[in-house]
Order: sequence, then C-alpha cells, then structure tokens
Amino acid sequence: MSQQSNDFLYLFRGGADPKQMSPEQMQQNMNKWFAWMGELRSQGKLKAGQPLGDEGKVLSGRKGQTVTDGPFVEGKEEVGGYLIVSAQDLSEAAGMAKGCPIFENNGTVEVRPIERIPGM
Amino acid sequence: MPANSSETVGADVVHLVDHLFRHEAGKMVATLTRILGFQNLHLAEDAVQDALLKAMQNWAFNDVPRNPSAWLMQVAKNHALDVVRRERNFRSKEDEIRICFEHCSDEQAGSVHFDDEIRDDQLRLMFACCHPALARETQVALTLKTLCGFGEEEIAAAFLTSTAAMAKRLVRARQQIRQAGIPLEIPSGGELSLRLDAVLQTLYLLFNEGYKASHGDELIRRDLCQEAIRLTLLLLDHAAGNRPKTHALLSLMLLSGARLSTRVDAEGNLLLLAEQDRSRWDRPMIQRGLFHLNESAAGNEISEFHLQAGIAYCHCTAESYAVTNWPRILQLYDVLVETNHSPVVALNRAVAISKVRGPEAGLNAVKRIRDRETLESYYLLHAVVAQLHFESGDFSGAARHFQRALELTAVKAEQNFLLFRLRACREQKERVRP
Repeated sequence: MSQQSNDFLYLFRGGADPKQMSPEQMQQNMNKWFAWMGELRSQGKLKAGQPLGDEGKVLSGRKGQTVTDGPFVEGKEEVGGYLIVSAQDLSEAAGMAKGCPIFENNGTVEVRPIERIPGM
Repeated sequence: MPANSSETVGADVVHLVDHLFRHEAGKMVATLTRILGFQNLHLAEDAVQDALLKAMQNWAFNDVPRNPSAWLMQVAKNHALDVVRRERNFRSKEDEIRICFEHCSDEQAGSVHFDDEIRDDQLRLMFACCHPALARETQVALTLKTLCGFGEEEIAAAFLTSTAAMAKRLVRARQQIRQAGIPLEIPSGGELSLRLDAVLQTLYLLFNEGYKASHGDELIRRDLCQEAIRLTLLLLDHAAGNRPKTHALLSLMLLSGARLSTRVDAEGNLLLLAEQDRSRWDRPMIQRGLFHLNESAAGNEISEFHLQAGIAYCHCTAESYAVTNWPRILQLYDVLVETNHSPVVALNRAVAISKVRGPEAGLNAVKRIRDRETLESYYLLHAVVAQLHFESGDFSGAARHFQRALELTAVKAEQNFLLFRLRACREQKERVRP
C-alpha cells in the first residue's frame, strides 16, 4: 500500500534544438528558465534538479551484459533534465509545470509523484 | 564542470548582462581561432556553440558562475582540445595547441594584459574577415557571425535573405578561408592602410544595414548599429586602427545612431526628419559623436566618412528642422558626390538642393542624377520626387509618384507613410479645387 507523497519529479523531454540556436536565442531561452525556476525556488517548491548530458549507456539482459550506447531514443524523446518539486498533489504539481519554457519549443514535461511508503 | 556551488552567485541575483552570450561568443571565436588557426574556424565555432549550450543547460539549474566569461572559455577550450586529440590531422600540433590553451588559462581574466590580448585577437579576426579575397557581402556576414556572435537566421533577417542562403554563403566563406590561406594578423607597413579601409568599409556597411529603415526586424537592426559602434571602438583602441578616418566613421555612427529611435512613432510609422521629436535625440551620444568628429580633424585626409559625419553633425546640432543649415549640408554633398558616385548620395544631394534653391531646382537635380535608372526601382527616389512635386504645388504629380513609391515597397511602415502622404495629396487637391 502506498500513499502519494508531496514530492514530484519533472522529466524534461525535447525542447529547443541548440544546434539551430544563436547565442542570443540561447541566452533568452536560459533567461526564461531562470525566471520559471526562480519562481518555483522563491515559493520554496524547488528541491533539486540537474540537466543531463546527451551521452549515455543502456545496460540490459542478464547481469546487464548487453551494453548499448545512448542516446537511445529520438531527440524529442530524450530526457534532458529533471527537477524535484514539492506540491500538495499531482494536479498542483502539473499546474506548476505549465509555465515551463520547454513548451515554447515543443518539449514535454512528465510529472510523476515520488512514491513513499508510509512508516518506512 | 567548473561550476560548483562555492563559485556561484546567489540564486536571487540572476541577471546576466544583455547580449553576454553574443559578445562572449565573438571573443571566444577570436581567441580560439588564434590558437587553432583561421582555417579551423568551424572548429572554433563548434566549441563556442557547445560551451554556450552547456551554459544554457547548466546555469539555470546550478546558478551563474562567478566569472561567466572564464567558465565559458574553459568549457570551449575543453571541447576544442577533445577534438584536437581525436582528429588525426592535429596530431603533430597537439602539444603546441595544448600549451597555448594552458597559457590562456593562466591569464587572469580582467587583467589589463588579458584584455589587450582579447582585443588583439578580435582585431586580427576583423582584418581576416575583411580580407580582399572575400566578397563584400561575405565580409559583412562573416564579421557578424564570428565577431558579433550572430546566428545565421539573424544575419539572414538583417540581409533580407533566407537562412539557408546565408548558411551556404558562410560555408563557402570558410572554404575560401582555407583555400586562400587567409592569415590571422593585423597587417603592417604599406598594407595596413588599404586593409584598414576595407575594415572601415565593412563596419560602415554593417552600421548602414542596421540604420536603413527599409526592412527587417527593428531589434536586430538596432543591434547591428550597436555592434558596428562596438567594433569601431575596438579598432580605435589599437594603434593600427586609431586613425582620423576611424574617428570620422565612429562620429558618423554616433551622430546617426543618436537619432535612430525617433525615426518611427509609437505605432511604428516612419517619421520625417522634420517631424521627429528632437528632444528625444540621445544627447550624450551626440556629444560623443562631436568628440570623435573633433578627433577626426587631425591630419589632412578628408574621407567620405568625414563628409558624412559633417552632414550628420548639421542635423544633430540644428535646434529645429527650420533652422537646419542646408547651405552647409549642400556644400558637403557637393564634395561628397565628387568621390562617391552612388546615385543614392546624388539623390540626397538633390534634397539638399531643394532646401537651398527650392523644389524645382531639386527636381532638376534629380533629373540630372548619373545612373538614375538604377534608382527606378527604389521607392525612395519616387518618394523624394513626389515630395518635391508636393512642395511645388503639383499635387497630381505628387500623388502619381507616391503611388509608384507605394508599389515598390513591401515594408509596412513605409507603406503606411506613403498612404498617409497620398491622403495629404488628395486633401490638397480638393482644397485648391474651386
């Protein structure tokens, strides 16, 4: 039996294609992220988060014998970073993600509750 | 990553200097090409793009590093070194390049020596971009791309061409750089003067591209003007570029740039010089323009920039349109047309003539413009002719030419302006009708 916790994971996928961006556009894009994350931070809702590099390896099979190089999905599906935020419930967490600048560039945010087993 | 929490500034004070990325990109490309060689420009550009990308992805999560420039440069160097290690054709130079990079890291960012070195890197790149082996448009585009950190899309917008066409032009430019073996150096001796002229001409075109109200994105155009001014200042800061005509060019840019924001009204409609709110002209900028005009008087060379700055000076210092010193402006145009055979300059001179000797004299001057046919598809020719007809009381003739001008421009602000003038013609016609 589990109970919904107050922590939520944001997974960022896709978004702006940096190869096509000019320095000015990159700075503007970053400023939007500053603004959005700064807002979450000032409300005390931002707990942690990091961008992810675009390299990777996937292990599978018995004892992880099969190792393949990532990125393993199309660019638009690749996870580019994550945040951990706190919210009352899933719908508040989803609402807080609406201001994310990633949507301007057709990216997505997956919002998932971080499960916590009570009493553990 | 060089960024860690102890090196970062507080999250609440996130405010990056405007155009930081763009300006750092220009500096980094200049320094990296010095180390990697101009023929490896693409590699320098890739390294810079990678550093900016990492900054974009990291800074929002981990705060801005205390020294953003040093952070970016370090990441760009790491990227470049990785490529140098990987690529076979660098093998013999790897040690040399690594030593250069290490030397670079030892320099204290912000120290006088470091600043001088970065300035010199940028000047070398400036002279290289304006090398005579490259076509004029390519020189300007390459300068914008490498020294000013503009993207292909932004350069294309400034030149009213497609991003694909601009990308192609830049690819071709990089090929030419390799084939012609264009060196990264500040020319000296007898060569300097000629090469400096080419640089000044490119900076002038860069400024003009931004200044002419004919097309494109207003913001990008203002940035072009600012970049042209920034690079001209950089040039003045070095003995090789510090010449009276460089001062004259800077003066021209400042005296024109000071009036940039008053050329359109709140709705984006074009305003004539006579209609502009002179109280909104940028006075400190005009003062700086006057300072450099004075500096430009040293020596005995009178360049085209001197004459144009002189004309801009007359406009800037006139308290109202009515008291503009047109006889002086006409004198300057009279000298200017002797060396500059551009029909556009001749058209401007015709306007000055009309102010001194009346609209009929102006119309006659328009008729006598050499190579006038090259202006036939230029909306401004017809707008000027229309205005001169209007002033001489020929409202039908004016309407006819305003109509022709209207057919020749696709720019909304210009169309609105011309429609407005056409209405004025109709009103005048009705007023004189018995």
